[in-house]
Amino acid sequence: MSAIVSPIREPLITGHKSYHDITEDLVGPTEKAPTPAWVIGFVISVALLGFGVFCILWTIWHGIGTWDLNRTIGWGWDITNFVWWIGIGHAGTLISAILLLFRQKWRTGVNRAAEAMTIFAVMCAGLFPLIHMGRLWMAMFIFPYPNTRGPLWPNFNSPLLWDVFAISTYFTVSLLFWYTGLVPDFASVRDRAKGLRKKIYNFLSFGWTGSAKHWQRWEALSLVLAGIATPLVLSVHTIVSFDFATSVIPGWHTTIFPPYFVAGAVFSGFAMVLTLMIITRKLLKLEDYITLEHVESMNKIILVTGTIVGVAYLTELFIAWYSGYVYEQFAFFNRAAGPYWWSYFGMMFCNVISPQFFWSKKLRRNIAFTFFLSIVINIGMWFERFVIIATTLARDYLPSSWSYYSPTWVEMGIFAGTFGLFFVLYLIFTRVAPVVAIAEVKSILKSSGDQYIGPNKIDHHHDDHSHHAAPVVSAVHSHGIADHKEGNMMGTNVAPEMTEATSITSAAESFIGDADDLKKIEGIGPKIESLLNDAGIHTWNKLSKTEPSFIKEVLTAAGNRFKMHDPTSWPQQAKLADEGKWDELNDLQDRLDGGRV
Amino acid sequence: MAKNTEVLFGLYNDEEVMMRAVKVAKEQHLEIMDVYTPFPVHGLDPILGLEESRLHIAGFVYGMIGTLTAFLGMTWIFTKDWPIVFGGKPYWSVPAFIPITFELTVLFASIGMVVSFYVVCGMGPGVTNAYLDDGITDDKFCIAFNKAEVEVSKVESFLSSTGAAIIKSKTI
Repeated sequence: MSAIVSPIREPLITGHKSYHDITEDLVGPTEKAPTPAWVIGFVISVALLGFGVFCILWTIWHGIGTWDLNRTIGWGWDITNFVWWIGIGHAGTLISAILLLFRQKWRTGVNRAAEAMTIFAVMCAGLFPLIHMGRLWMAMFIFPYPNTRGPLWPNFNSPLLWDVFAISTYFTVSLLFWYTGLVPDFASVRDRAKGLRKKIYNFLSFGWTGSAKHWQRWEALSLVLAGIATPLVLSVHTIVSFDFATSVIPGWHTTIFPPYFVAGAVFSGFAMVLTLMIITRKLLKLEDYITLEHVESMNKIILVTGTIVGVAYLTELFIAWYSGYVYEQFAFFNRAAGPYWWSYFGMMFCNVISPQFFWSKKLRRNIAFTFFLSIVINIGMWFERFVIIATTLARDYLPSSWSYYSPTWVEMGIFAGTFGLFFVLYLIFTRVAPVVAIAEVKSILKSSGDQYIGPNKIDHHHDDHSHHAAPVVSAVHSHGIADHKEGNMMGTNVAPEMTEATSITSAAESFIGDADDLKKIEGIGPKIESLLNDAGIHTWNKLSKTEPSFIKEVLTAAGNRFKMHDPTSWPQQAKLADEGKWDELNDLQDRLDGGRV
Repeated sequence: MAKNTEVLFGLYNDEEVMMRAVKVAKEQHLEIMDVYTPFPVHGLDPILGLEESRLHIAGFVYGMIGTLTAFLGMTWIFTKDWPIVFGGKPYWSVPAFIPITFELTVLFASIGMVVSFYVVCGMGPGVTNAYLDDGITDDKFCIAFNKAEVEVSKVESFLSSTGAAIIKSKTI
């Protein structure tokens, strides 16, 4: 694959990796004995999980009264935690599905771990509604199945039941998506393993061979799954927000909830991805695959979604005032000035103010600061759900039933237990599966590896494969022009005497693509031509459809020497060249002064 | 692919070299059995002459089955099997059926497509398919020929002249 990447893009894989290095680095962690840090983390997580299981059993044995929920406050930490964990799960699908559709290459460094995080977070989330039911052994009643009670069906008009469908579908689809991506990577592990380990990975890799047809189907499958997972992920938190928005409780029944919940979910999800990835890249030494560029990209998403959340908070306040509805006005006044004022200001500070620091590029690329802020955001988003649930329920329509709620040790224990579950699963995942998608990283190596683009680029003209290529190419094309064009594609300068030949046969097919002589455009010389080629512009046709502002950006990025060029007329000239209107082009160029209008 | 196929294959170190070789093989009318790569190589399918996958069509059909299952199922339950009035709304309250209909569409489409994918690729839990070389999932790009269908000497000279790093033969 010829690498056609804008020179403005930063490399996403550093350290001049070869394909084999990638396999070595990413499969490596699963082959070594666990590090002491891993063991300590695992022991702590198992202890937390154990305590959580104890608290769940305590709840089931003694009943939900152990949570200090009361007549007024029927939802406490449980639903807060449920919404929080579900929100965290959203980043995984966003990265793997939505960013796949948007062709964001930096996705490949973090998608595997983020999807794993999604699955584990959804498991933690699903736990809360289940134990909140009280009688866990009746949990199957929520599913519509032909039962002996009538059959009696669940209420399909209820958002709580929509939740059941949304979350179970989300979990299933995420799991399938994740595992299908893992299969080729498990095959990579299999082919390096021996003995029992080979047998296990042989089972896990489902008999993957790497056949071209299989890859084609695999890509088709990934693309369609991404396409349907995108509306799915938006639907899940929309439906979670319906749990609140379809009620008649002031502060809950607002139409802004669905988009605001989705933005909040992505916001908190990315914060959690950053928390996890910053630790993971350090411990597994993956700095070459999860680079500062990845961190910065995620911080930009945090800034955008955090700002959306901030706007939503303010919109809610404005609409409460504007509605003229006293109960709504009281609900919001009570949030800020009522008994839970501290959680409201915690939420405002963590979610609205703190992400604004990311306007600064320096802070976006500062690992320690990003890590700190990701934890602040995680806390803030938990507060948001607590504010929505507890403050609203504490002050309902009847002042006689006003109440205050604080959690018991059992509830806190269950929340701690979900952290235990989450980290136990995540730590096991880092031991058994490659944390970064090997095949996907390999597929972007030539367009995003630092030996191909960026300041540490190596000149590839005299690379091994060009030598191999020479006889083959001349077998295909009887003339030597294809060779030259290929050199051109790889970013090397073109010898002047060769270009004459190119322009004559420019329409001829060369099998990487047919490059035109861009120097026919007044204002473009050999150096600028190679800059444009690096930016993915090889033909008059492509140039004619390129915005002058983009060309200007390319030139500016290349340094001061190119800044003074004015590309305004270039697309117009290229259009004439592309259509073969040479006389008109000559006329135009006569009117231009060195390519300037 | 029949069992006990004798396969002659060349391993290339770079996908660009391998793709050029595939093109040459097509020009020389050599019957390529398959190409194996460590990652999806873009642009290979048209050169190899692979048709576009029809998996997405299957996905659409599965999705439609999900849509109908959910919508007709809820319709039957709430109008025929056990009609209940919720909040004074009609029995057949279509807008309220939309979320579940959507979720089941997605669920059916994804499960159906994933299962179809594994079935048509001959893969699945516990399946062991013979593979040619351990390097294929690492850094080697493999063009394979069925020895019974090609002229061996011609293929060998093709592989060595197009830059294959290793030329091997294996029965799978």
